[in-house]
Amino acid sequence: MTEKKTLKRFASVFLASSLIVGALAGCSSSEEGTTTTTSGGSSSGSSDSSEVIKIGANLELSGAVASYGSSIGKGAELAVEEINAAGGIDGKQIELVKVDNKSENSEATNAAIKLATQDKVTAMIAPATSGNVIATAQIANQYKIPTVTASGTAPNVTENEDGSINDYVFRTCFIDPFQGIVAANFATELGAKNVAIYADNSSDYAKGLAASFKQQIEANGGKVVAEEAYVAKDVDFKSTLTNLKSKNPEFIFIPGYYEEVGLIVKQARELGIDVPLMGADGWDSPTLVELAGKDALNNTFITNHYSSQDPEETIQGFVKAFEGKFNESPNAFHALGYDTVYFIADAIKRAGSTDGEAIQKALAETTDLSLITGTFSVDEKHNPVKSATVLEYVDGNQKFNSKVNP
Amino acid sequence: MKKSKAFWGFLVLALVIYAVVQGMISGGMLDLYYQNILIQMCINIMLAVSLHIVIGITGQFSIGHAGFMAVGAYISAIATMKLGLPLIVAILLGAVISALAGLLVGIPTLRLKGDYLAIATLGFAEIIRIIFLNVEYVGGAAGMVVTNMTTWTYAFVGVVITILVIANFTNSRHGRGCISIREDEIAADAMGINTTYYKVVAFTIGSFFAGIAGAIYAHNFFIIQPTTFNFLKSFDILIYVVLGGLGSLSGSAIAAIFLTLVSAYLANFPETRMIIYSVVLIIVMLYRPTGLMGTKEITSLFKFGKKGGSKV
Repeated sequence: MTEKKTLKRFASVFLASSLIVGALAGCSSSEEGTTTTTSGGSSSGSSDSSEVIKIGANLELSGAVASYGSSIGKGAELAVEEINAAGGIDGKQIELVKVDNKSENSEATNAAIKLATQDKVTAMIAPATSGNVIATAQIANQYKIPTVTASGTAPNVTENEDGSINDYVFRTCFIDPFQGIVAANFATELGAKNVAIYADNSSDYAKGLAASFKQQIEANGGKVVAEEAYVAKDVDFKSTLTNLKSKNPEFIFIPGYYEEVGLIVKQARELGIDVPLMGADGWDSPTLVELAGKDALNNTFITNHYSSQDPEETIQGFVKAFEGKFNESPNAFHALGYDTVYFIADAIKRAGSTDGEAIQKALAETTDLSLITGTFSVDEKHNPVKSATVLEYVDGNQKFNSKVNP
Repeated sequence: MKKSKAFWGFLVLALVIYAVVQGMISGGMLDLYYQNILIQMCINIMLAVSLHIVIGITGQFSIGHAGFMAVGAYISAIATMKLGLPLIVAILLGAVISALAGLLVGIPTLRLKGDYLAIATLGFAEIIRIIFLNVEYVGGAAGMVVTNMTTWTYAFVGVVITILVIANFTNSRHGRGCISIREDEIAADAMGINTTYYKVVAFTIGSFFAGIAGAIYAHNFFIIQPTTFNFLKSFDILIYVVLGGLGSLSGSAIAAIFLTLVSAYLANFPETRMIIYSVVLIIVMLYRPTGLMGTKEITSLFKFGKKGGSKV
């Protein structure tokens, strides 16, 4: 009996100690590996990068917004493949190093540190959501690694609270307020004077859009007759919608994400609200059509980064290539991920080196770069100046409506 | 006599570990990547050990630990970013406010038992999160940008203090009271132990150290958002405690170290990361159903054959 106990104890001691030893060994061995590479100095770092250019992708591949991150990843993969097939950048092949950040801030920081110190990447694709991009921004600045987010739309991703700019952070997408302005102008164009706003109060994205929409619509001479809010994961919107209906708005702006919006649109139509509804790129998901139903979605509009039905030749070429590789129609995140790689590649090419500072300068100086999601120039706040696309839902399909320039 | 020996032994061990790691950092052998993993490890140990006192020692099933972490994180971030206080003051402030929150929640809810308590604590954590979500002063959903101020030293000192206080508490009269509640609440009550009082004490101490962990977390990861502290974070902490062995302080610490390393290592395999992580959890639970350490402590393992050693 006691012997058995002793044996058990031995086993657990062994287990515990092997764990610790294993952990320490794991640390020290891999750490030796890094010290040898760093002891070679930065000169060896640049010499072996003459073969490949490493671009890190710090993306949400699991967790709450995995669909965004993996879409960007796919777009980036296609772009890397194309660039490499065409001979790479000045003869150097690109290698995409993907790291998962679990859609968490702390993991995004970890991933950025890993890409900067372990993989020693030349440039990084930053996470898809704004909060996660902010979690990586200081690492990018510290290690002088140019970082581009494909879809982090909050203004404070590139611009700090005190007005200073995050030198090494850029983005491929337009910022939140811009979509709100486009939506407001579109409402005015439709002749709507009395509008309502129904925003996701738990998301800064939706709140930012709602604020800029309100400002612009008032500047256009319109009036916001009702402002209501919901919280992510809500499922019953009928009482609020009834309230909205009683104010008789001619147009309702619903910035938010597709999961709730799908239900809102459905319930709004059930209550007999048949005015135009409008949202932004957060609506863009096949799930929206499933949730709301094809009929309910008629007479709804969204602003988006691009449309796969845009007749432009380059866009159709991209759509075809993408469908050929992944067997699905590319959405805006795919396109943005694709563009992000081309944006970085263009800067590396113009910089003529893989030096972080040179690439950063080239990124900041980008002018009239023609990409899938529009032709853009980078402004002094590291935001691209580019057009937005307005799409209309017709029988469950997105129809290209118009392109709005800034 | 024996107790103080363990106390000094731990302190010496802690000093040695600190000296070695600090030496490696100043010697440039550990770059930011490893330092960051170490800090994370320390944060997770603090969280695990502070929940251990609630679940492992007192036997109260709380799944709202991330809520207290959030209080510590936000209060300390407000102290440094908005009020300009030094980090050390901010950490203490965060911990104290978090302890107060623990006291506030503990008094009414700890009269509940089992599942009911679990639901109440979960509800509390969600309330905290929603409050921060709706307060514009701390950035609402966008979160609060926090300057990175922590170093490995802050994190390590935090861990040492957490472990020392909780280990000593466990071996004290109060700790015994808490254990008796875990073993049989009715019997403890019958023996004249003020069960609610001991439960609230354990809960408050747990929240205090969760607050410290939250404060260090906030000042290490550049941004805090309400979504960071959702119930999944609470479950992460719960996993450390259960995997390490309910009732074993060293077990929860070891599990926190182990899982932090597993998670960091698996970042290299984005596609299969969560699958492997889950498989690791399942395997450990299958082969060691009572957790890595059961209810034993790492120190008791060295007392072979001796009877009646402190098996806490």
